[in-house]
Amino acid sequence: MPFGNTHNKFKMSYAAEQEFPDLSQHNNHMAKILTPDMYAQLRDKETPSGFTLDDAIQTGVDNPGHPFIMTVGCVAGDEETYDVFKDLMDPVIEDRHGGYKPSDKHKTDLNAENLQGGDDLDPNYVLSSRVRTGRSIRGFCLPPHCSRGERRAIEQLSIEALDSLEGDLKGKYYALKNMTEEEQQQLIDDHFLFDKPVSPLLLASGMARDWPDARGIWHNDNKTFLVWVNEEDHLRVISMQKGGNMREVFTRFCTGLTKIEDLFKNRGHEFMWNEHLGYVLTCPSNLGTGLRAGVHVKLPNVSKHEKFGEILKRLRLQKRGTGGVDTAAVGGVFDISNADRLGFSEVELVQMVVDGVSLLVNMEKRLEAGEAIGDLMPEQK
Amino acid sequence: MANSFTRMMTGRNTAVMMAMGAGTLASAFLLTDNTAAAERRRFYPPSADYPDLRKHNNCMASAMTPTIYARLRDKATPNNWTLDQCIQTGVDNPGHPFIKTVGMVAGDEETYEVFAELFDPVIKDRHNGYDPRTMKHPTDLESSKVTSGMFDERFVLSSRVRTGRSIRGLSLPPACTRSERREVERVVVTALSGLKGELAGRYYSLGEMTEREQQQLIDEHFLFDKPVSPLLTAAGMARDWPDARGIWHNNEKNFLIWINEEDHTRVISMEKGGNMKRVFERFCRGLKQVEHLIQERGWEFMWNERLGYILTCPSNLGTGLRAGVHIRLPFLSKDPRFKKILENLRLQKRGTGGVDTAATGDTFDISNLDRLGKSEVELVQLVIDGVNYLIECEKRLEKGQDIKIPSPIAQFKR
Repeated sequence: MPFGNTHNKFKMSYAAEQEFPDLSQHNNHMAKILTPDMYAQLRDKETPSGFTLDDAIQTGVDNPGHPFIMTVGCVAGDEETYDVFKDLMDPVIEDRHGGYKPSDKHKTDLNAENLQGGDDLDPNYVLSSRVRTGRSIRGFCLPPHCSRGERRAIEQLSIEALDSLEGDLKGKYYALKNMTEEEQQQLIDDHFLFDKPVSPLLLASGMARDWPDARGIWHNDNKTFLVWVNEEDHLRVISMQKGGNMREVFTRFCTGLTKIEDLFKNRGHEFMWNEHLGYVLTCPSNLGTGLRAGVHVKLPNVSKHEKFGEILKRLRLQKRGTGGVDTAAVGGVFDISNADRLGFSEVELVQMVVDGVSLLVNMEKRLEAGEAIGDLMPEQK
Repeated sequence: MANSFTRMMTGRNTAVMMAMGAGTLASAFLLTDNTAAAERRRFYPPSADYPDLRKHNNCMASAMTPTIYARLRDKATPNNWTLDQCIQTGVDNPGHPFIKTVGMVAGDEETYEVFAELFDPVIKDRHNGYDPRTMKHPTDLESSKVTSGMFDERFVLSSRVRTGRSIRGLSLPPACTRSERREVERVVVTALSGLKGELAGRYYSLGEMTEREQQQLIDEHFLFDKPVSPLLTAAGMARDWPDARGIWHNNEKNFLIWINEEDHTRVISMEKGGNMKRVFERFCRGLKQVEHLIQERGWEFMWNERLGYILTCPSNLGTGLRAGVHIRLPFLSKDPRFKKILENLRLQKRGTGGVDTAATGDTFDISNLDRLGKSEVELVQLVIDGVNYLIECEKRLEKGQDIKIPSPIAQFKR
């Protein structure tokens, strides 16, 4: 879906230097990688659905970024974006995903049996556990580029698939534009409701167009398995529950995802996936597993330790506030999750979180008791 | 460099003139390429893409029908600007039960032709029944024609006239590429550097101004910021901010031009006090000189006799002119007839921060409601006469005398 000047054919009558964006104030992956030469090479290309380089980079041009936080600065409009614009995407991916090379292969492992332990994180510290990922339906354009017709088709397919789920996964769909005040309040209280994006990073990429058309939330009756439809990706799949039984959360996650994938396949649709990039999503930062497994955990002492940042880094974990990305921690409670997405399998990433959080909780207990934690310092994973 | 631009521009003008025809509807380009994009369009009939406008209250939503959408969805201007792009802002912003926004924008001059089937009823709706198919818009920038343009400064604190101008051949802010936007900047800044005497001034590029310059411009109420209104951002006009955006003002600080904000240019003449005649005189003089300076280099403003000056938002067609004052009306503003008086005088009130702001104390921004169908001279005279009437009312109420609601002003000369 053309957005802004994306199909302005007259821009080809201007030289590439005249079109090249001013990235002098910028600090994002795209701005670090895009050169005038690269721009000249790629600017007249488009994917089969008409997505152009300018479409991909608009969000990075409009959002210079932050000196400390390195955003990605480009998005995909369809599966082919990663191929047609690989000269830009590959280095961005390499930069963002710790040196992942164009020739590397990504392993997918959604067999929860392969996870060791994970069912006994101390619930006095670990308040809740959650695993999320995204999925894109092959053959449709992604949120920055899709038309209303496509977005509605995605919603329809998703509703059909999700309505077929049974047992503890049986649930109901709430379309954003049709929900009653009551339903809306309930979903807010459950912390399930997602709102129209306000982040300029998302708005500038065009993914909030036509809001709230074809957006909605599905969740199971137990409220432990949740799917967002047409927010930042076609589907965001979330498994969560209170307490520290990450194993159960992950098991449900894998079971649910596999069932949903089968249901889509039965209807002739598959998820976007390839052996190099794993699952293909809108933002390059979510390629591979698209997986963020995390806990809300009380770490008032550890978080004040001078080595906290270093510990997290070695464990390949990241901290966020309890409101999610770009929020602050409240009352010593942190959101701790895996930092990686690509190059490790789902099982490997959840294992890192389970092992890492286990260690952090031990450290917290030691510090509470006034003991040192030097002997617990981990090696770099 | 300049030569290639001129050649390219000539080529563009030729294309525009061919597309516009001689007063007939422009030939639209159909999106009939053979890519998967075309496949996709064939797979999704227009009904699959028809926007859900049930909760919407804007002019676009009122005028749009499935039939119109079906006929226009696959068309594009010569620049490849589509209907969906025009209406995106109206789809994304349902509007307000009390405030009816327009809900669509133009990406280029040809938009108003190619998508006339939707733009014409919207123009009619917004501009009091003005029919672009049958009516002509009068342009008149002879400021000497206005009378009684000096207001009582016990009431009028400042006077201001603004309009917009678009450079023919370059896409409008929702659609323009970075090159085109930079070209607009170059063309306009070059022309402005030719202004002399009372109009001589300088340009401040948004991306390059110093902290001090920025603060100065803020203090003078000249600086414009990156748009935050979702009405504007959804239309795509904030892309690449602050690239090629800037402010030019004369040394006297009473003639000011915004470059590449919501339109290619916004031209503002203003001063403290009540001398609206002088403000308008400078406005006309400045506009004419700028037009002359760009014509010397082979450029011109977008204008035609059906729609007057072509701007991004259909609400600003015609004159694009808003002439107004900041005025204190402590008695009148509390009178229950205030609203009706304004209505009949074809005036609107805003807060002193401009559109969508609230009035502070008893001070209001009073300006003309209309833009299209009346000339600049007519509209400014209307504001002058109207504001003088308001001042009369205020004085009478001050003395405890009664006031009358004036008869409504006629719309267009038929």
